[in-house]
Amino acid sequence: MPLVRTALFLALLALFLPLSSRAQESPYIVTYDHYLEEPGNLEIEYFSTFGTQRAGNNFHAFWTEFEYGVTAWWTTELYLAGQTTFHDSTILTGVRWENRIRPLKREHFINPVLYVEFENKNGADKILKEGEGHDSEADFLTPNAQARREHIHEVELKLILSSNVKGWNFSENILAAKNLSNSPWEFGYAIGASRPLALKASAKRCTACPQNFAAGMELYGGLGDRYHFGVRDTAHYLAPVLAWNLPYGWTLRVSPGFGLNDNSHRFLMRWGIAREISGFGSMLAKLFGSTQ
Amino acid sequence: MKACVAALALPAVLLIVSQGLVQNPADAPKPKQKESLYAEIAKAPEKARAKRNPLETDSQAVAAGRILFEQHCSECHGDSAEGGKKGPNLRAEEIQSAAPGAIFWILTNGVVRRGMPVWSKLPEPQRWQLVSYLKSLGAQPVAPPATPPSPSAPARQPTRFL
Repeated sequence: MPLVRTALFLALLALFLPLSSRAQESPYIVTYDHYLEEPGNLEIEYFSTFGTQRAGNNFHAFWTEFEYGVTAWWTTELYLAGQTTFHDSTILTGVRWENRIRPLKREHFINPVLYVEFENKNGADKILKEGEGHDSEADFLTPNAQARREHIHEVELKLILSSNVKGWNFSENILAAKNLSNSPWEFGYAIGASRPLALKASAKRCTACPQNFAAGMELYGGLGDRYHFGVRDTAHYLAPVLAWNLPYGWTLRVSPGFGLNDNSHRFLMRWGIAREISGFGSMLAKLFGSTQ
Repeated sequence: MKACVAALALPAVLLIVSQGLVQNPADAPKPKQKESLYAEIAKAPEKARAKRNPLETDSQAVAAGRILFEQHCSECHGDSAEGGKKGPNLRAEEIQSAAPGAIFWILTNGVVRRGMPVWSKLPEPQRWQLVSYLKSLGAQPVAPPATPPSPSAPARQPTRFL
């Protein structure tokens, strides 16, 4: 219940925020496109994943992201993650620090972004923010009390490639992750395609106009490890995605995901709410008396 | 459980802090920033410059562009595009005399190393709507503030919750 109260508090708080900007966010939850946070803006996001579990208890994993645009070519992000396994317990599962860097100055047909993340998490992490290695549904059967004893320090690298063609965005992510405790490199992928429901903006202010919605599809999963590369014994998911860009910088995302083989969870229901705070950096600077 | 609640409460704290620091009227941009955007416009390739605005005759384009400007651009360039702390004046001669294709090119590519993000996340027609709005500003004077402050009135203080 405290979680519900916190969420309600955040929603009520938003009503009093004065900013009139509207975020223009992609609908992806797992895949990254090449767009970074605008410099000085802070985006606060809450995501939730309900997952079914064969031969075990279903779970609800959640995470909060603080995404800050340091410059137009560098975005940094902090994650705090936790999960509830039904008929078991609720625990905090870890922290992640992510950085995305755009190496090229201009737009090209394919736009690369480099991604580096450090993860400090435990073995009970269930947010499924990416597919990697030989991760499978059976890994989630360990009770929380036992799984949380495993400490994982992991570095994750991604090459993000993204293109825009006639209003469509096509994004491909290739992932390599290394558990720093002497485990092999693991690999994974995510592919996404999405498009706003209308390409032209309306001349009237509106919330439910088609241009405020974006829909698409994501496909993601593991690609084995250094010694056993490929799709054998890996989990894969296909997930339609929908985003609604609301006034005051809010974005709502929904994505039902479907496991594509026996290693995958049968069903993942994801949703997320995000709020972009424009000019957060300047506000902080003023708080500390800087005249910039 | 406490840790989870604390993790979720942190955004609330940040939101309160940000609310308490409502922006003051924007200061003038630094001269270097001005020059860099204007110079960047001049770098638009001939092919991009020659592009015609497909929404030139669309009667709704300016109105739609104005809404897009308020949503995505006014934070840096000011409410009336007169220039803000981070972005230069878009009513300036350098912008108003630029080819529509050159402005579209800047919107698409940004000036990433100088702080202006790429706006290709807006679909192409929306970027052209923005161009229509920006070009329409050349003929319009800057709107005066709704209630001009009287000399005796105290300066408006930002709302603070903390």
